[in-house]
Amino acid sequence: MKILIKNGRLVDPASGRDAPGDVAIAAGRVVALGTVSPEFHPSRTIDASGLVVAPGLVDLAARLREPGHEHEGMLESEMAAAVAGGVTSLVCPPDTDPPLDEPGLVEMLKFRARNLNQAHLYPLGTLTRGLAGEVLTEMAELVEAGCVGFSQADVPIADTQVLQRALQYASTFGYTVWLRPQDAHLGKGVAASGALATRLGLSGVPVVAETIALHTIFELMRVTGARVHLCRLSSAAGIELVRRAKAEGLPVTCDVSVNQLHLTDMDIGYFNAAMRLTPPLRQQRDRDAIRAALADGTVDALVSDHTPVDEDAKNLPFAEAEPGSTGLELLLSLALKWGEESGLSLSKALATVTCEPVRVLGDALGSLSSSAGRLVEGGVADLCLFDPAARWTVVPQAFRSQGKHSPFAGFELPGLVRATLVAGNIAFESK
Amino acid sequence: MTVNQLDAEALYAQLLAGVRPLVRPDTALVGVWSGGAWLAERLQRDLGLEGEHGVISSALHRDDFSQRGMSSADPTRLPFTVDGRPILLIDDVLYTGRTTRAVINELFDFGRPASVTLAVLVDRGGRELPIEPAFTAARIEVAPDDRVRLARDAAGRFSFDIQEGD
Amino acid sequence: MLQQRNPQLNSNGELIHLLSIEGLPSAVIHQILDTAGTFLSVNDREVKKVPLLRGKSVFNLFFENSTRTRTTFEIAAKRLSADVVNLDIARSSAAKGESLLDTIANLSAMHADMFVVRHSESGAPYLIAKHCAPHVHVVNAGDGRHAHPTQGLLDMYTIRHYKQDFTNLTVAVVGDIVHSRVARSDIHALTTLGVPEIRAVGPKTLVPGDLKEMGVRVCHDMAEGIRGADVIIMLRLQNERMSGAMLPSAGEFFKNYGLTPEKLALAKPDCIVMHPGPINRGVEIDSAVADGRQSVILPQVTFGIAVRMAVMSTIAGNNA
Repeated sequence: MKILIKNGRLVDPASGRDAPGDVAIAAGRVVALGTVSPEFHPSRTIDASGLVVAPGLVDLAARLREPGHEHEGMLESEMAAAVAGGVTSLVCPPDTDPPLDEPGLVEMLKFRARNLNQAHLYPLGTLTRGLAGEVLTEMAELVEAGCVGFSQADVPIADTQVLQRALQYASTFGYTVWLRPQDAHLGKGVAASGALATRLGLSGVPVVAETIALHTIFELMRVTGARVHLCRLSSAAGIELVRRAKAEGLPVTCDVSVNQLHLTDMDIGYFNAAMRLTPPLRQQRDRDAIRAALADGTVDALVSDHTPVDEDAKNLPFAEAEPGSTGLELLLSLALKWGEESGLSLSKALATVTCEPVRVLGDALGSLSSSAGRLVEGGVADLCLFDPAARWTVVPQAFRSQGKHSPFAGFELPGLVRATLVAGNIAFESK
Repeated sequence: MTVNQLDAEALYAQLLAGVRPLVRPDTALVGVWSGGAWLAERLQRDLGLEGEHGVISSALHRDDFSQRGMSSADPTRLPFTVDGRPILLIDDVLYTGRTTRAVINELFDFGRPASVTLAVLVDRGGRELPIEPAFTAARIEVAPDDRVRLARDAAGRFSFDIQEGD
Repeated sequence: MLQQRNPQLNSNGELIHLLSIEGLPSAVIHQILDTAGTFLSVNDREVKKVPLLRGKSVFNLFFENSTRTRTTFEIAAKRLSADVVNLDIARSSAAKGESLLDTIANLSAMHADMFVVRHSESGAPYLIAKHCAPHVHVVNAGDGRHAHPTQGLLDMYTIRHYKQDFTNLTVAVVGDIVHSRVARSDIHALTTLGVPEIRAVGPKTLVPGDLKEMGVRVCHDMAEGIRGADVIIMLRLQNERMSGAMLPSAGEFFKNYGLTPEKLALAKPDCIVMHPGPINRGVEIDSAVADGRQSVILPQVTFGIAVRMAVMSTIAGNNA
């Protein structure tokens, strides 16, 4: 289908473009950007007056709960949530049920996702079989099936010898290992150690649970040469260690979740289980460090950490509640909110959810890496059209996701997605 | 008599005269907190009775607990045995009779009195229970929403505190 | 963060649930203590019962076993003329996998008016208060490590009874504070009532430095902690602490932090010794002290019934 998008404000963080213009799309690709020849005869014209036309968002962490929840139609609902949030490519962690440690499972997941004609799905494979931290997975087979990296999700490998060998093996082939820096033993609490956890009587996760794990990971990177992407940094001390590791030249990248970007442990309030998250929300100092680090590039990407949780699993005392929050539909707005509050340009804010996540994925995206997360002539037409001036209130019951819980319930956020295109197909349009 | 013409001290004198014939050798004076308790204190002295007067609170037996919650009042203090004693109950203002009912229930938690006689300073009518005093110093008429209570200044002089309802 | 009203108070600032001492105005605490005084005198009467909760059903939901606490709540409710139902959840529906909220919904269908809840997880009573019907009141009988507000209140009643004025006291809380809901409630109450010097005494594993954020002075030396104290609150040491690598043995704990007559002599001569019970003789407290002249451990129990009567009658009388 030929589509013409007219009168939009074209913003492409990768090239620095931020100017009014039109976009022409044909056969799933962007054929003209900025000025479109009058010879182009579209079958559909979208008037993007007052809207920003940006690359579709790339979310490096979104759980879709499949395999595991097929009977609840979760893949359908969560992928619908993604495009409603302007996300056109997403990476999902491998902690599904069963975990993604077999090529067959990965192929099936990619097949089902492709048939939905919504966002592009890039699964991570497990680093060890069953996430058990003992036996390595067949990484080459999994890459062939479509995995873009290997991860232990939230299950740290306690055995340092296994971790070293896993990193060594992955580095043989240049695969990126995605690790959550969390010590297996010190990380068992349910809230960040500190005055609030002490007052509420909740078991704490000290900052050293993150920093000890980071030191371990960096040491192993030095001896194995592995490339690592650190998932969900939560502390100022952790950020500082990453800064030093990058300065040293270690091949490391990292991301933070929208939750840690905006909230602190004080938001737990009266044991609000919507705030039961992993990593836990830390204190103001940590949030400030995370916000500054995302701005200066120490943190490479912002993720939604979308983890839909069942109502029953949240309606429990805080420590028993399942951690997780719905984020796909909030990623854009929360990136914009951070950008506004930090005095950054729209382009800079968008970069954290478009071209920077793509840079993290590197050549794992194959041919798509030249156009994913960017507006470029000849590239795949993954676009997000949104109204930057609109403000909307977060009502979890209205989410398209089946996870009706968010720490941002009741917040008023900037930026409303009007349309999302994936490979030139209008995957979402608001009325 | 309208409420503005009330002279609490003068009425007290009438109350004193009126209860004198009601007092028996072993009568115990019990005043309903707070106004009744002040009256009982002075009566105990002026009647030359031995021992101490009692103070009784309706807080634990009120029938409006669900609507108004726990009321703050000085706790009941009865420094004598209730069993077999004639009790002279003193209150400042008698209205619906519910406070008197509650206070009698409270009294019975302490024992079985020989008799309970009620004497009040002022009766404003509006009874909702079959309760009648043996002696009243004055009958008054006030609007149903108005509140009438006894007040006592630092020197111990009585007066009436009247608050008009909304 | 969006502001939330303290779920214990209704829109008029009246107490409708007792979930924690945090956030209770000093005036509310004093009012409960005053009311408790009234109920204490009820225990001396011929008829030890008042009709305030007549016709109301109080359900004791103990997800964590405790015969002592449950018994005092039962006595308190019965003295208020309430009907009491004891539910031993630990062995029944929760074991069958029924969720906490389903249990509450089922009990509400049986027209419960008040839930007295003890649970092993911090915050459980808040969840219950959030989901139960508007006319139902919740009393927290202990949630995880977070709070044991009736114990905190009866401890304050005890201190007020023996010392009268809170504003010139030195109070030492000794023992496993980091795991103690009693300690947290006591500390919140003491700070709210204006106690100027509150000391938290114990080894670093049980009394971590960040406790000072609660307004206490952390002391790892027992002598320094109790010197000149007017009140000493000893806490129970649980066996799990040894298996969790926080302490080597009960014996070593007693050596450093046990309250013996010699150590007690460092406090003021009229210092009172308190303990929430049950006491571990020879672990946190010497028998000579527990049974001694300065111990007020038994009066605490008597005060406990009156305080619980005060709490239940106060909240039952306020509407959501």
